[in-house]
Amino acid sequence: MTAYENIKVGDALPSRDHTAGIVQLFMYNAAIWNPHRIHFDHAYATQEEGYPGIVLDGPLQGDWIGQVVTDWIGADATLVSFGYANRRAAFLGETMTAGGQVEEKDDSTREVKVSLFLKNAQGDITIPGHAVVRFR
Amino acid sequence: MAELLTPEIKARIGTANPPIRVEVTRRDIQKYAVSTGQKARKYLDGDEAPPLFHFGYSMEILPPEALRKDGIAEDKLIPPLPLKRVMAGNSDTVYHRPIRPGDKLVITRVLKDIYQKDGKTGPLIFVVTETVVTTEAGAPVLNETTSLIAR
Repeated sequence: MTAYENIKVGDALPSRDHTAGIVQLFMYNAAIWNPHRIHFDHAYATQEEGYPGIVLDGPLQGDWIGQVVTDWIGADATLVSFGYANRRAAFLGETMTAGGQVEEKDDSTREVKVSLFLKNAQGDITIPGHAVVRFR
Repeated sequence: MAELLTPEIKARIGTANPPIRVEVTRRDIQKYAVSTGQKARKYLDGDEAPPLFHFGYSMEILPPEALRKDGIAEDKLIPPLPLKRVMAGNSDTVYHRPIRPGDKLVITRVLKDIYQKDGKTGPLIFVVTETVVTTEAGAPVLNETTSLIAR
């Protein structure tokens, strides 16, 4: 829950770590109906396509940075726009940190622009993102 | 730079897949919410769909024998490209209203653009598509623009 009046440019949004296990990844691909083998078939992903392990879905990781915004605004604002860019792959077992910060605030529209990121354990930003939310 | 995009490929710009019609169920939203690790009650209870819930609706439902060896369905919207290493690029969505259980939605995917750029490591082909989600009555729900890069 976030009060518009208390938001300042530069504020960090609460971050959260995600470590997808094989069961969660199975559930996700079942939920979106995605039979792409690199997301569940270890032998195929490593031997046929040369990946170091099972590949995490890009949109799943995009969702993780989306949650940084939706958890931050709660019921106090609505999502106007949201975007993310797949820069680098991540693999089963990796812990990814999702976070963001306030970039702009427009008092005339009560809209707030935030930048978002997903980082791996080495600190590389693998998925940058952005969102605009409108406070009530 | 050598032009890789033939007139046949460029002629596909502006074409769309046949619209997909779906009825949103609470259970589908709940499955998506749990599988993505949501914490918000409205998502876990299926009262409202998380922002990227619609992604699964772009997946064609086909039997295994109709899929490629890698498990992917052939993308009928995008013509065969002369560069074969395809990477997911950006996704940008504008939201008009949340998706809720009971919604009857129409999902249309349009090929917006295909263009070539020369990168440091050689030519790149950018493919831009737009997914337009409306209600059956035509009210806007969301518009998602996605890009793929082939190298």
